[in-house]
Amino acid sequence: MDKSERLQQTRLSQLVNTFGLPRLIIAGFLLFLFIVAPIAGADLPTQITNVFNRFSWNAVLVLAMVPMVHSGCGLNFGIPLGILAGLLGATLSIEMGFTGALSFVMAILISTPFALLFGGGYGLLLNRIKGGEMMVATYVGFSSVSFMCIMWLMIPYKNPSIVMAYTGVGLRNVFSLENFYANVLSDFLKIDLNPIGINLVIPTGSLLFFALLAFGMWAFLHTKTGTAMTAVGSNPTFAKAAGINVDRIRMLSVILSTWLGAVGILIYQQGFGFVQLYTAPFYMAMPAVAAILIGGASVNKASVGNVIVGTILFQGLVTMTPTVMNALIHIDISEVVRIIVSNGMIVYALTRKTEGGK
Amino acid sequence: MRGIKKDFFGNQVLTDINFTLEAGQVLGLCGENGAGKSTLMKILFGMDVIRETGGYSGDILINGEKAAFNTPFDALAAGIGMVHQEFSLIPGFTATENILLNREPQKKNVISEVFGDRLNTLDYKEMDRRAAAAIEKMGVEIDAKMIISSMPVGHKQFTEIARELSKDQLKLLILDEPTAVLTEKEAEALLDSIRGMAAQGISVIFITHRLHEILAVCDKVVVMRDGHVVRDVPAGQTSVDDITRWMVGRDVQSTAASIETKAEAADAKIIMSIKNLWVDMPGETVRDVSLDVREGEILGIGGLAGQGKLGIPNGVMGLYEAGGTVVFDGREIPLNSPRKCLDSSLAFVSEDRREVGLLLDESLEWNVAFPAMQIQDKFLKKLLGGLIKWRDERAIHQVTQKYVDQLQIKCTSTTQKARELSGGNQQKICLAKAFALEPKFLFVSEPTRGIDVGAKALVLDALRQFNRESGVTVVMISSELEELRQTCDRIAIVSGGRVAGIRPAADSSESFGALMVSQVV
Repeated sequence: MDKSERLQQTRLSQLVNTFGLPRLIIAGFLLFLFIVAPIAGADLPTQITNVFNRFSWNAVLVLAMVPMVHSGCGLNFGIPLGILAGLLGATLSIEMGFTGALSFVMAILISTPFALLFGGGYGLLLNRIKGGEMMVATYVGFSSVSFMCIMWLMIPYKNPSIVMAYTGVGLRNVFSLENFYANVLSDFLKIDLNPIGINLVIPTGSLLFFALLAFGMWAFLHTKTGTAMTAVGSNPTFAKAAGINVDRIRMLSVILSTWLGAVGILIYQQGFGFVQLYTAPFYMAMPAVAAILIGGASVNKASVGNVIVGTILFQGLVTMTPTVMNALIHIDISEVVRIIVSNGMIVYALTRKTEGGK
Repeated sequence: MRGIKKDFFGNQVLTDINFTLEAGQVLGLCGENGAGKSTLMKILFGMDVIRETGGYSGDILINGEKAAFNTPFDALAAGIGMVHQEFSLIPGFTATENILLNREPQKKNVISEVFGDRLNTLDYKEMDRRAAAAIEKMGVEIDAKMIISSMPVGHKQFTEIARELSKDQLKLLILDEPTAVLTEKEAEALLDSIRGMAAQGISVIFITHRLHEILAVCDKVVVMRDGHVVRDVPAGQTSVDDITRWMVGRDVQSTAASIETKAEAADAKIIMSIKNLWVDMPGETVRDVSLDVREGEILGIGGLAGQGKLGIPNGVMGLYEAGGTVVFDGREIPLNSPRKCLDSSLAFVSEDRREVGLLLDESLEWNVAFPAMQIQDKFLKKLLGGLIKWRDERAIHQVTQKYVDQLQIKCTSTTQKARELSGGNQQKICLAKAFALEPKFLFVSEPTRGIDVGAKALVLDALRQFNRESGVTVVMISSELEELRQTCDRIAIVSGGRVAGIRPAADSSESFGALMVSQVV
């Protein structure tokens, strides 16, 4: 008996080692929520639909973390910069009068040059402050969002569906995408089980689009340049000695990350149905960072698998806690849980930075 | 010291060291780099590294009593002072303040009466007096009021020594290469002050590469080699030549030189010609090196640490800022650009395995194949007409497996992480990485540093085989002269950032030894 106990213990510790303790705890908690949900009176299929939706909104933003982690620039706390490029694409596309699915395509096309430009400048900056990327990135995110708060008022937008209703000057805080690209992806090949009495909807189009980008990222990391990117992140001196232009690879990763941030926010908006401007991008970086860390990434290693697992766990937690907890104890603690989990996860990952490479 | 033994991770660096030192004696400690001098002194001074790496065995007896120092503070309390090679002074403080730092004489004042001793005022008059006394002991003139950062190097060195001397309980002073940074005149003054200290009953252990200084000032000389004490003689009964021979040679006369020295090497064409090379590599500055390398030979570059031998490959390969001209195979190679060098079929195995040589967190396959993949587009599958260069995992696995077999690399599989291998096997991976590039010319820097004897032989054999069979020109940089003599055709000795001389490997150890110390700066 002693033996089997010990065997169990080693198995458990192996599981903890391979899967990671925090992930195990969160996955366990999520499972608990799923079990408790029906008991607490929440409709499980609806909950699952919510998790699917939230996953499809956020996954690309989390994917945007991957290139910079690979090139050793750390977690992209500066993702708001990419988001701003996306917002410029979105507003300009609508301003130019595009509607429907075309407005989504145009938003991506228009945001791309902005993402390249912003990412390029951001990359130049990060190449000058090697070692302190994450801290500087945070401030880049903050200051650029503040700057754009001014610009949203200054740029002479005219389209009545997005400017302030009374004055006609400056953009609104929030505007609906109903006539533009709300749900253009998620309605594509949508699987809706409501007709047969189950409240389950799967946003196939959004998931496919994410799958496409994720496959692209996976494939990129298997190419020559992708391999170089991983090596730069793993040991920049080694990469330099192997004749790689370390700064250029880092720059590429930052641009890639920024562009994915731009596309990510557009996908978020099409699922959410609204565009949020001004200070809204502030709050996008932390959940994305937390999600990829929960997924098992470290400050210098991340994979597409980490993105998928992390987004499901984090968004699952965020979606499930309010309904289930509210039903159980009638207090809204969801926000508290979200903040504790996301910030706690980031702190946890940063303390393990040196060990992260394992 | 009696029977001192120390190993780093199973790598024996000190074996059975015994020597004694009497009060007021000056002991000169010399030996090649890696002979174990510094490790021995660290043990004596109770440095943290020793304890962290598993402690040592043997006893240190001071005045007949066994002493065991766990921290430098213990050693200080026992009256041992040490002046390190690198300065540990506060640049913005005056000499006096540095000399008496944290041991300042204090006066009570009103505030400290209330809040405790930590708020006592410093007694500057007393400090000046003590600092002056300490400087006086050395017998040199330094302005005690001068700020450290505006002092010449020599005076900084004296300030450090004065700091140790100002400790009343000082019985033994360890000086680790104190004259390395001094001009000849300053060194003279320092030697005088060492004599002065000895006259006052302080014992001194004096480590230096300048052998004539040892003869000038020491009462006895201890020569170390490969972690052994090879000679322990009174200084009066020896000479620079003797010491040199003890330092470098195993059996000076009988050592067979290179197994098969190439006779025709002399008229082979020159494949690389280095002219007036300077390299700004910290600690290994190259000042003015001109060197011709003949096609197909193994050229050794030797010399003492810090003399610039490591700077040569690092400079040519563009890893450190460099200037001068390097002509390879009839074409001039631009410096400061690693890519250009690698494109011209040069390869480099760095002395810094862990920092430069390996991707510690990646698989062996990546480590071996990466440079060849990036530089020569090997191990890639071209998709969509070359638009996408896809990593060819199978080819990578095959080439890694080939070198794992060929070099007898001990690993669980080719996907094991490089970090998990032992030093010797890591070194072999570094070689495999260079071999995979199939270069025409290979720089190998310190290929046997920190690896055991068995692995050493294998690495050297692999290099020689690579040279003989593939006709690759190899330049090997090593601190171990014997290793160079066994492997190379010719050996260039670098001293003071310049080439002091090039000799056939069959030359006697003494002649190399003399070259090594000829221009030491």
